[in-house]
Amino acid sequence: MKFGFSEEQEAFRDVLRRYFEDRSPTTEVRRLMATDQGWEREGWNRMNSELGLAAIAVPEAYGGQGFGLAEQCIALEEMGRALVCSPYFATAVLAASAIELAGSEQQKQTLLPNIASGETVATLAFCEDDGRWDIEGVALEARGDGTLHGTKSYVLDGQAADLVVVLARTPGTTGTDGLSLHLVRGDAPGLERRALQSIDETRRIARLVFDGVEAEPLPGAAAAAMEQVLARAAICLANEMVGGAERLRADALDYVGMRMQFGRSIASFQVTKHKAADMLLDVELARSAAYYAAAAHDEADDGVVALASLAKAGAGEAYVQTAIHAVQMHGGIGFTWDNDTHLWFKRAKVSEVFLGSSAEHRERLVAHWQD
Amino acid sequence: MTDFREQETLEELRGWLADNWDPERGLVEWRSMLADSGWGMPHWPREWYGRDLPVGFTPLVDAEFDRFGALQVTRSGIRMLAAATILEHGSDLHRQKFLRRIITGEDVWCQLFSEPGSGSDLAGATTRAVMVGNKWVVNGQKVWTTSAHKAHWGLLLARTDIDVPKHSGLSYFILDMQQPGVEAHPLRQMNGHASFNQVFLTDAEVLPEFQVAANGEGWNVATTTLMHERRAADSLRSWGSAGQPGTGRIYEEAQEEIRTAMAPYSWYPQRAGRVDLVMPRAHETGAIRDPVIRQEIARLLIMHKSAEWTAMRARTSQQRGRPQGPEGSLGKLASSNVARLAARVHTMVSGADAMLAGPDGPCDGTIAEILVSFPAASIAGGTDEIQKNIISERVLGMPKETRFDTDRPFRDIPRNTVS
Repeated sequence: MKFGFSEEQEAFRDVLRRYFEDRSPTTEVRRLMATDQGWEREGWNRMNSELGLAAIAVPEAYGGQGFGLAEQCIALEEMGRALVCSPYFATAVLAASAIELAGSEQQKQTLLPNIASGETVATLAFCEDDGRWDIEGVALEARGDGTLHGTKSYVLDGQAADLVVVLARTPGTTGTDGLSLHLVRGDAPGLERRALQSIDETRRIARLVFDGVEAEPLPGAAAAAMEQVLARAAICLANEMVGGAERLRADALDYVGMRMQFGRSIASFQVTKHKAADMLLDVELARSAAYYAAAAHDEADDGVVALASLAKAGAGEAYVQTAIHAVQMHGGIGFTWDNDTHLWFKRAKVSEVFLGSSAEHRERLVAHWQD
Repeated sequence: MTDFREQETLEELRGWLADNWDPERGLVEWRSMLADSGWGMPHWPREWYGRDLPVGFTPLVDAEFDRFGALQVTRSGIRMLAAATILEHGSDLHRQKFLRRIITGEDVWCQLFSEPGSGSDLAGATTRAVMVGNKWVVNGQKVWTTSAHKAHWGLLLARTDIDVPKHSGLSYFILDMQQPGVEAHPLRQMNGHASFNQVFLTDAEVLPEFQVAANGEGWNVATTTLMHERRAADSLRSWGSAGQPGTGRIYEEAQEEIRTAMAPYSWYPQRAGRVDLVMPRAHETGAIRDPVIRQEIARLLIMHKSAEWTAMRARTSQQRGRPQGPEGSLGKLASSNVARLAARVHTMVSGADAMLAGPDGPCDGTIAEILVSFPAASIAGGTDEIQKNIISERVLGMPKETRFDTDRPFRDIPRNTVS
């Protein structure tokens, strides 16, 4: 397998890094995380008109740029590094994939161009109150009259989304049978949305109650589509986590290089040096798995479900471990609100669980391992 | 080199192989022909058994040998470290006396660097070489010496001056191993194997002309040897795993040579943790149904595959001529973490059987060998602690360790006493 980025991909990364350094400094992150929605249309629109970010992985036939997951993951790694506050993951990863994989030709023609332009902010609602991230646990019902009944929770940007893709099941079915995907407008009658208070204020989640909401079904096979959507999402999140972990690692390293105690730089203590070496190893291993999984996806490797879980579990552990070390290396200042470390620490804690805990992904890895 | 000269050179090689390759020749006879023709070490200088070809051309030469099924010289092991060191720092006398028999494989070499009192701190060697009359007389003890018991020559790092700082007081010698003052004893490891020796030097003698470079230059020369060590270890692995390409007297001799050379290392795969055995064993024992063990297996797979892909990333950027990123310096540390975790998982998978060794143990003792060999992974070839120092200082740019041994005469430095 070809493994490594082309000159074009590296150039793309450089452009994004500079853009987010400029547009998403931590002062901006802190300003946005104090808003109701956690992000603003203006910045989101600018990001899309200037860089076409939401269009990266949308096929060209539907108004996108038609790149692979590898390119989308470069964007996510850079967004994770800069902790960009936006509905990107909900819209361009979750909802766009679900519509691409399960939508009719006409639905794709109608919906994807607006998602690619950023005009439509969308999300995918599949997890429910029991917090199960596997599709078999879905209980929300799609009745014969086309209405949805039930509850979705932990819905990314569920409060603000214009369009919600909902995973539901036919009454009386169990497991992967009877599952279906549906489209619901964010302001549809009978849909009640409540923002949940999250540890991570830079990324919002909501609980959605569907009380006879009229919905438009996506005709594709939902179970098969969801397996792919979740694999893509896990790979995307792994790459985003790697970006965040690398930022924490690098910032902690800079800090210990400047901090003097006992008349010497604390970076000169071997205990600090060895911790820094371990952190580098953690992040680089997670990075390799995240990159590999994205490349495998684009080459249609049939082990991609296992590889996605490998990357997610690996990055989840690495991000949290790096965050814990990063706070520790900052000492007292690292536990203050004014120091930026906690912003990434909280993203790490939430990402560890979002889309399934590391333990769940380890289990899925063993269950699907083919080597 | 232009394509034209490449083709001309390969044409010449093909002609030479067609005229000379014969699988019924003896191995030494054939390698002598390789030495004389320069085709054995094509990147060496023409005056010293080579053909002055660029190093990058060697794979093309090897491919031509493969097409003929012809054997190459053994470009691995300590003798190649010796050759590299002699070519770079040795005198013409050394080149004349040693290089040819290195190529033919007639001489066995060993490396006398590590001591009981200096492992990670190689430059702290206390083995003394003192000029008595017109000879160097050497006293001291060396350890972890591969092949010392059958070696003809040893690459010796010894101290010639204790009144200068440690790195400046070392000198480098070629030691005749088959003399009365040199005694090699096998060193038994905790896994029962004895892959290395300890070497006792008692009034061993070295002629002045067998010193390499000047007095006090020993550390500089040893650095050259060490630089080639990792590459030699890699080629040893590929050599050991090479199949037998044909039938004939020469192939049998070569196979025997490989068998002998590789025998001391039969436990190396077990030292690395044998991740390949985890899944088959888990299915065999039923541990695959245990959710706790499944979690640990997954952790191991994640670490193992991620380390493999990290090495792959390093190779890819090297092939593309990109500057090396941090991924190139992490392999050693990653592999000792993998070995440690693999041993833990093997223990869980085998349960009570993890107590058993030899024919009573799982996989005819292979699992037991993993469980008592993995600690070597984080020590041999640079301990984890040294690796972390290197990573933090050279990759991350953190301050170097404060040293207490560079600014004063060696005699004033606290050090181990050799028992």
